[in-house]
Amino acid sequence: MTHAGFIAASYALGMLVPAFFAVTAWTRTKSARRRLAALDTRRASRA
Amino acid sequence: MDASLTLSPIPDAPPPGASRGGRSLHRFANPGRFLRISGAILPALSIAAFAITAAGLAWGLLFAPADWQQGDAMRIMYVHVPAAWLASGGYFGLAVCSVLSLVWRHPLADLAAAEIGPVGAGFTALCLATGSLWGKPMWGAWWVWDARLTSVLILFFLYCGHVALVRAFDDPQRGYRAGAILALVGVVNLPIIKFSVDWWNTLHQPASITLTGSPTMAASMLWPLLVCAIGYTLVFAAIVTARTRAAVMERRIRGLLMARAEAAA
Repeated sequence: MTHAGFIAASYALGMLVPAFFAVTAWTRTKSARRRLAALDTRRASRA
Repeated sequence: MDASLTLSPIPDAPPPGASRGGRSLHRFANPGRFLRISGAILPALSIAAFAITAAGLAWGLLFAPADWQQGDAMRIMYVHVPAAWLASGGYFGLAVCSVLSLVWRHPLADLAAAEIGPVGAGFTALCLATGSLWGKPMWGAWWVWDARLTSVLILFFLYCGHVALVRAFDDPQRGYRAGAILALVGVVNLPIIKFSVDWWNTLHQPASITLTGSPTMAASMLWPLLVCAIGYTLVFAAIVTARTRAAVMERRIRGLLMARAEAAA
């Protein structure tokens, strides 16, 4: 395969960029869900 | 515990004076409803997105023929072209959200626009990087100040400006409004990107696929490209949906914390 290094670098970027955004979105959602659940539990226990 | 159940609903009634179009849009503005609907479709969307993208990339890398002139370097197209389409398409989505925000004050449009910005910037950077990796073996240069490349670089700066502007104000609403105005001003760059290869004598090749004419590439290369384009589009949609879900929950957290601080004061 000609220019294998350039092709490998392109495909690596093509997978890493979406993977980075997917992982950060997943961790943000997980963290927000946990914090929201904790806040709602505290609010319910006060009421 | 599913956070979507903990969100207090926002009344479906649109703001006073909203048009009929605005009224129907506001039916989908309820954050609780958005979380329920997006939560139901996001797992299937994510699986389909990553499966189709992986299949398209494998097809393009292993089974599609090499180009008779460019050789195997042409395979970079299977990443570069979908990234380029999504860079422009994402900005168009950002502009649509900005109109929804400025005209109809759609509450989810602000959040969606703020979340499209970084993802669009990422895909534009991917387009520029893979274009550079294609340009070095084909043109002998990593970068040339060609009209197409320069207009895409401006698109990247517009995305970065939007990301910075939205987060530059203490009051998020002012940030969303400033970002929406910047996004609408920047729309003028989209036709420049599209027609730059026709208007100027550029090193970048003209479009191989157009809406009006038949494609100028072999079907054996076109099909994997279309599969990659569909896959990456679904990936973009899944990422933006997931980020918007997180942003809705984070806004709710801020609201609860502020209410608690006011109660304590």
